[in-house]
Amino acid sequence: MSLSFKPSPEQLKAQKVYKEMGLSDDEFAMIEKIIGRLPNYTEIGLFSVMWSEHCSYKNSKPVLSKFPTTGEKVLQGPGEGAGIVDIGDGQAVVFKIESHNHPSAIEPYQGAATGVGGIIRDVFSMGARPVALLNSLRFGELDSPRVRYLFKEVVAGIAGYGNCIGIPTVGGEVQFDSSYEGNPLVNAMCVGLIDHKDIKKGQAHGVGNTVMYVGAKTGRDGIHGATFASEELTDQSEAKRPAVQVGDPFMEKLLLEACLELVQSDALVGIQDMGAAGLTSSSAEMASKAGSGIEMNLDLVPQRETGMTAYEMMLSESQERMLIVVKKGREQEIVDLFSKYGLEAVSIGKVTDDKMLRLTHQGEVVAELPVDALAEDAPVYHKPSREPEYFREFQAMENEIPAVEDYKETLVKLLQQPTIASKEYVYDQYDYMVRTNTVVAPGSDAAVIRIRGTRKGLAMTTDCNSRYMYLDPETGGKIAVAEAARNIVCSGGEPLAITDNLNFGNPEKPEIFWQIEKAADGISEACRTLNTPVIGGNVSLYNETNGTAIYPTPVIGMVGLLEDIDNVTTQAFKAAGDLIYLVGETKDEFGGSELQKMTYGKIFGKAPELDLAKEEKAQAQILKAIRSGLVASAHDVAEGGLAVAAAESLIGSKGLGADVKVTGNTTSALFSESQSRFLLSVKNENQEAFESLVDAALIGKVTDAPVLNISNEEGLLLSEQVEVFEQAWKGAIPCLLK
Amino acid sequence: MKFAVIVFPGSNCDIDMYHAVKDELGAEAEYVWHDAESLDEYDGILLPGGFSYGDYLRSGAVARFSNVMKEVIKAAEAGKPVLGVCNGFQILLEAGLLPGAMRRNDSLKFICRTVELKVENNETMFSSAYEKNEVINIPIAHGEGNYYCDEATLANLKENNQIVFTYNGTNPNGSLENIAGIVNEKGNVLGMMPHPERAVDELLGGADGLKLFQSIVKQWREAHVVKL
Repeated sequence: MSLSFKPSPEQLKAQKVYKEMGLSDDEFAMIEKIIGRLPNYTEIGLFSVMWSEHCSYKNSKPVLSKFPTTGEKVLQGPGEGAGIVDIGDGQAVVFKIESHNHPSAIEPYQGAATGVGGIIRDVFSMGARPVALLNSLRFGELDSPRVRYLFKEVVAGIAGYGNCIGIPTVGGEVQFDSSYEGNPLVNAMCVGLIDHKDIKKGQAHGVGNTVMYVGAKTGRDGIHGATFASEELTDQSEAKRPAVQVGDPFMEKLLLEACLELVQSDALVGIQDMGAAGLTSSSAEMASKAGSGIEMNLDLVPQRETGMTAYEMMLSESQERMLIVVKKGREQEIVDLFSKYGLEAVSIGKVTDDKMLRLTHQGEVVAELPVDALAEDAPVYHKPSREPEYFREFQAMENEIPAVEDYKETLVKLLQQPTIASKEYVYDQYDYMVRTNTVVAPGSDAAVIRIRGTRKGLAMTTDCNSRYMYLDPETGGKIAVAEAARNIVCSGGEPLAITDNLNFGNPEKPEIFWQIEKAADGISEACRTLNTPVIGGNVSLYNETNGTAIYPTPVIGMVGLLEDIDNVTTQAFKAAGDLIYLVGETKDEFGGSELQKMTYGKIFGKAPELDLAKEEKAQAQILKAIRSGLVASAHDVAEGGLAVAAAESLIGSKGLGADVKVTGNTTSALFSESQSRFLLSVKNENQEAFESLVDAALIGKVTDAPVLNISNEEGLLLSEQVEVFEQAWKGAIPCLLK
Repeated sequence: MKFAVIVFPGSNCDIDMYHAVKDELGAEAEYVWHDAESLDEYDGILLPGGFSYGDYLRSGAVARFSNVMKEVIKAAEAGKPVLGVCNGFQILLEAGLLPGAMRRNDSLKFICRTVELKVENNETMFSSAYEKNEVINIPIAHGEGNYYCDEATLANLKENNQIVFTYNGTNPNGSLENIAGIVNEKGNVLGMMPHPERAVDELLGGADGLKLFQSIVKQWREAHVVKL
């Protein structure tokens, strides 16, 4: 008999113990009504995790319903481990992004590592072979020792897990802003490949079929991780360190290989990762989706520690575990398959037809709850929304061009801004080549991997400029999707679909909820125009430290298809004599720009405008030109404007230079962050064919002297060796970390 | 010629090695699981990179006790070519097939990038297709590639011309005398930290590693010429 104190159902109610687990009085009353009695301690624990924002999306559901989630190529939209998109020839791409923000704020190495481990499991639980990882990271400014510690450890944690499991980390983004000082963002994305015939779902079909537990044993780590992820961080959060799980990438490598062998077996009925809310969510969701019930004997759950209670086992978020349902009588095959990899596969229960989750422990029924109540019946809140004061002020401002005295010095300084500077320090630590399919490594607009045995390739990127998001979340949302698509197009890919990671502050504050709504509006509109449906994602709210929210940061993860890998294009200029073109209109837009932040130390005003029709047209023209073999290099013009884009196209061009001529206001021409712009280079002989396809302005030429010269009608504006720019760009982050 | 690609739990460059040999070299290759009882049917043994047994305790320290390692040692004694790359090199050191030991990179960080190597010795069965002192570009990806041995061992390595590859220019990990790859005294066991199997296709950035595999096949063919 357990000696630990467990309050009785009456005590639970009287002492409002449920509040410590994150449930409100109203929610407790709802539970009492649904089950027609008082829940016991274990049962209230199950509800508290399943009804957390992290698992139920109770605050974000009304917003998520705005997203377009279907399309002719979409094979699986939101609701399963990961979304799936058809890429022809019976193949499909599987991908999803997920956050591990709060764990990483408290225990950065393990928080980041297990974030990677979790998203990989989401992908291979669909039956797919994970082929690439990306990540999107946000930190405070690097002048704080705590931020430097978080940054180094998060990067090491991502590297430690991804390198060991042998999936290349091919891309991502890192940005720095003081709003993330106490609450860094760690979003990990995994991309997998699958044949249509192998697609598996997390569904517990077939009464009498066996529920099996595979992978690592259950310990006491990560208990209430999902609940912890659904509240604000405070000075007391340090005490939540035990809610952070510990990762074992070697175990996951074995589990991955075993599961991919398993999906080829017709004994398998359903499979789901034990991620957030562990055994509880995997069992309740698999039964609920299949319209069945599940009965489990917790005595049979493999345990790493002694004396674990039902509550602890059900709420543990120990890593590297899967719940599977197999055909009755075929259990031994599964045991044998997993034992080849030194892994346990244990029968712990069966599928029933009564739509109940029934748990027994030490001879007693310890929980008996309707699966739909857990998985489907969480309340949905329509939170009040209010346009913030700051937004009205920013909208009323006129565009202001920052004063620039020395263009060259400004360009060098911009290249040193951590958000723009080379992220070599980061990706040098990631094995981005393992599996030998990486055609475009980190550092260009999008990463590209080939699909072995075909002519096809996949382009992938993550994107979100949270400064624009803060100034104007609707426009910012459109820009995030458009910029991700620009990255894909510049690499020669056709955008297919997105996964999004909605990182925001506390949704109970009306101004924050307004940001969420507006961002979702912008993202939805852009996804419709650019034909990139949302096939899955993750919501991370309550990203606040001691009451201050992060910038709204809905990270867009996008995947595109290259039908012919020979069309792959990178941002670096290729040969002297090539013509340089600028696509898009340059306006005096500095709201949220790198130059504004650098000049004033803050951001204000309007975000850059975005005309989605123009965006769509430009992307279609450029993609056609790339596919016709007419484009030597392509780079989207983003943070820091044209001058930064030109410098980036020269760095890595192996000794080339460029002569560029600009018109109009010089500061705007060089540094404005107007949207829908691209910097392309084209071979001389392709000039005519290119100009017939793309509306672009010829602004210069690639030269063989490694110097960037930019001039206007009146003469030379700046002239400098590319090496100077390269050193500034490459040296900035290592220098800040010293 | 038929190669065995040894797969330990946690190996993750096995697939790269397999495809390099099969697709780019056009030789036969098979994956061999770590509990294999015999390697007799194979002409060459490839130990790929990765994190065998999670690299817990020390890189390669657990893998050397794997069943298949007895067979790898037997193959090495029989004079068959044995190539260990990255984790494979670490396993060969732990198994005593090559002298010395590996320390963590002097930066204490994992490093993944393409580096320049210099071919110090082109008279081995692994390097005969290169020119002596040829500079080649091969990727590295490791956290523990800082090769070390004592003075007597180093003197031996030099005297017997066992240092096959060194880092050219910047040494990425702090290894002794810029060592990137060494052979045993007999010349049929090569361990190297850089990944030649990642440099066999121009599409992925270069094919300088291909000559290493071609060297092995060339030597095997010459040794197996049927005299008429």
